[in-house]
Amino acid sequence: MLASAVSVFTAGDNLWRLLTGLGVAMQIALLAVFFSLLLGIPLGVVMTSRRRVLFLAARLYLDAWRIVPVLVWLFIFYFELGRILGIHIDAWLVSVLVFSLWGAAEMSDIVRGAITSLPAGQVESGRALGLSNWQLQRYVIMPQVVRRLTPAAVNLVTRLIKTTSLVVLIGVVEVLKVGQQIIENSERNVPSASFWVYGLIFILYFIVCYPISRLSRYLERRWVG
Amino acid sequence: MVTVPTGLLAGESPAAPILAVTGLGKNFGERVVLQDVSFQIAKGEVVVVIGPSGCGKSTLLRCLNGLEKADAGQVRLDGQDLCQGQIKWSLVRQRIGMVFQSYDLFPHLTVKENLLLGPLRAQRRRRVEALAQAEELLDRVGLLDRAESYPRQLSGGQKQRVAIIRALCMNPEIILFDEVTAALDPEMVAEVLEVMLGLAQQGMTMLIVTHEMDFARGVADRVIFLDAGVVVEESPPDIFFTAAKSERVRRFLDRRRYERRLKTVG
Amino acid sequence: MAFDWNFVAKFYPLFLRAAWLTLWLGLLGTFLASLVGFIGAIITYARVPGLNRLFRAYVEVSRNTPLLIQLFFLYFGLPKMGIMLESRTAAMLGLAFLGGGYMAEAIRAGLGAVPPGQLEAGYAIGLTRAQVIRHVLLPQAFAVAMPAIGANVIFLLKETSVFSVVALADLMFVAKDLIGMYYRTNEALLMLVLAYLLLLLPLSLLFYLWERKLRHAGFGG
Repeated sequence: MLASAVSVFTAGDNLWRLLTGLGVAMQIALLAVFFSLLLGIPLGVVMTSRRRVLFLAARLYLDAWRIVPVLVWLFIFYFELGRILGIHIDAWLVSVLVFSLWGAAEMSDIVRGAITSLPAGQVESGRALGLSNWQLQRYVIMPQVVRRLTPAAVNLVTRLIKTTSLVVLIGVVEVLKVGQQIIENSERNVPSASFWVYGLIFILYFIVCYPISRLSRYLERRWVG
Repeated sequence: MVTVPTGLLAGESPAAPILAVTGLGKNFGERVVLQDVSFQIAKGEVVVVIGPSGCGKSTLLRCLNGLEKADAGQVRLDGQDLCQGQIKWSLVRQRIGMVFQSYDLFPHLTVKENLLLGPLRAQRRRRVEALAQAEELLDRVGLLDRAESYPRQLSGGQKQRVAIIRALCMNPEIILFDEVTAALDPEMVAEVLEVMLGLAQQGMTMLIVTHEMDFARGVADRVIFLDAGVVVEESPPDIFFTAAKSERVRRFLDRRRYERRLKTVG
Repeated sequence: MAFDWNFVAKFYPLFLRAAWLTLWLGLLGTFLASLVGFIGAIITYARVPGLNRLFRAYVEVSRNTPLLIQLFFLYFGLPKMGIMLESRTAAMLGLAFLGGGYMAEAIRAGLGAVPPGQLEAGYAIGLTRAQVIRHVLLPQAFAVAMPAIGANVIFLLKETSVFSVVALADLMFVAKDLIGMYYRTNEALLMLVLAYLLLLLPLSLLFYLWERKLRHAGFGG
């Protein structure tokens, strides 16, 4: 039985195709991580702003992404964006866009949390030492904010990776889609192929996400306590 | 300070002690925390334990009501051995009250509920009767109007007074006090100590760990000095504070007399 | 193509029915997840030998794999090994498997936040172990864990959006169907979003108010 299971993956370049499929999902996730940082950090700073309009706009943006499932957003962008712009936008690009925008929303909340959780005494004792505004930011505020937000930001990476598994539902050919193709081809010889293929994909996701979430927890213990 | 009737002195060896500790020993791994500690407390007696930080005072109290398990020796409560066989600690602890340094009131319960939890759940007493007692005790420490407050709404001194009467509500035979004023602001220390003095006057049996030397001198029938887990001296307060036999005790007490040290330096 | 209100009027009952299915399957799964999480949190908190390690391994697996893949394995993989699950059962079990790990972490954090001194104070007034757990530990642990539990409930209800992959006629399924049949994307997507708002807005508002009450007024603060 195990031998036939192994044959599913050794046939052709099936295992390699699966890993390439996983690579497609990871690529989307990593691009999204990059844009999440790029957009999310300034957005998070805006969310600590005392200007009511700015704050409310940022808050509304975050809540919109929080309350509606990401899969629904994928559908909305997939069906509507191309129509509105009048061009064909491929599912891969839609995926990168949606996950970047969602990641930015989550990232902004992480940044906001890190900034506001800093005790007010830190600013005051910095000033008491005679630091200038810039020095205060550079030597007192930023190092602490970065330490506070990094564990959650690393955790966001695993959330992005797990959630990009959804892109198959708007037609991106990634690991699950490749898996389905492999199952179709090998089911005649190995009837239990779907058990092994889906089982392997399950394990692959775990192998990718587990170390990252361990890292997040390690940083949390070390830096946030 | 209120004068306290002198109880039994150490030498008089009371007939049947409420609490008798013999040869008590406790280790945390390699570290010896208590070694061969022996003493007795008679009914109505107030014994104060003094000693430097980390000398094992807290551990001693915790061994007496089973929060820590002693490694050697014997603890007898009214003759019952607490170190042998299967001890139902929940029953023993109803007879040995304990008050902690950090109050440890239950934050999710009101003052009244804090007081009633033990009597109603552990002792399964009738609510009317337990409530009457709780209110009477609250009144006695001047906190009757705070019965419906939550602990967070109280000052440190008020919290500690509630914690003391929480122990009293169980009608214990003896109460252990573990540095109950150590976490308090100076101006709140007095209000708590006065409650304890009042208890002593009414004949409550008490074992008190404290750093308040004046209070110890005023309230104690006997003082025990503990250092590095060993009983160094045990004597009545008058002797302890003026003519201690042990050099170690005299040094300990001397170090706290800043006034005199300033004078000798000057 | 102008927005067609008649289309909305004609098909909104489909969405209501799907929303209902999503809601009760989601809540059932969430309830199971809470049960798994609660039992597991107690096991890890009390460090029950053997079970402790097993449960921690489960928590890692459930938190580090996507629900979509879990469902594919449950619904398409397991039958090959002779374990046939009906759509609803697979969806519910999948959600419980995923959520159990998250709930366990939330409750465990709550249990861990209760200072040991609280338990000792409980013992010191003569409460038994069971009474300390019931009257001292759990009420405080749940007060701390409540916001995280609420966030998990919302998270799990949102995760139900992948239920269509196990052939359940949920909201996504209906929306996709209508788009495929009539090309009325605007109308279908609007109803889809409104249906999710209808499900999730009241709940998140409820949890938000609850959390605020706990934070500001809880325990008389």
